Amino acid sequence: MIKILFFADTRERLGLAELDWDQDQATTVAELRTALAQRGERWRFFADGELLCAVNQTLCDAKTALQAGDEVAFFPPVTGG
Amino acid sequence: MATRVVVQTRDFELTTEYQRLLDSAPDAGGVVTFIGRVRAGQDRVRALTLEHYPAMTEPALGRIARAAEDRFAVQSINIVHRVGTLPAGAQIVFVGTAGTHRNDAFKACRFLIDVLKTQAPFWKKEHTEQGEHWVAAREIDADAARQWLE
Repeated sequence: MIKILFFADTRERLGLAELDWDQDQATTVAELRTALAQRGERWRFFADGELLCAVNQTLCDAKTALQAGDEVAFFPPVTGG
Repeated sequence: MATRVVVQTRDFELTTEYQRLLDSAPDAGGVVTFIGRVRAGQDRVRALTLEHYPAMTEPALGRIARAAEDRFAVQSINIVHRVGTLPAGAQIVFVGTAGTHRNDAFKACRFLIDVLKTQAPFWKKEHTEQGEHWVAAREIDADAARQWLE
């Protein structure tokens, strides 16, 4: 199982803060994004939207491999400071 | 080398944060401090809500601080970033650096705020008279970070 978290605009567009995901369905961040984009109309922006991803609290890219127990977070470009 | 990174809802005091830098770098010849505030601006922003990713925020700030330590001769770094809903004029972020000489203290401070703006997991929502909306990331901020990272 992978725990997926959503923040800020991403969370509000989905109406969802977190989701448990069977890790057999995806092996990389890119594959997970593709799978999420297919969940329905609200999820389409996962296919081409400008989203950042962190795996286990570290920013990562689309090629990053995922394994059971990972915490994956999707969010828009950050705007702190 | 002393590094302190804190995420908090409460306000901070410049003199207190400045003293923390001195306490951990008593021989520093140059101290640089930056404070970012909520700007009312053209949209007449009444308040900002700052959301963050609690499990990641302090580790991410720590990584950014370590990158600054590796690049610049500074003895102390202190970062305080607020979260929650803050009215126009409120302080959002404090970044302070102390070093033997001013040049590295200035550069480290600039590096920290520029990189923080593109890598630390904070998001701003503006509350205006017309409603509320998430602030979009700005290309000018991405460019500012890129000049250090590429």
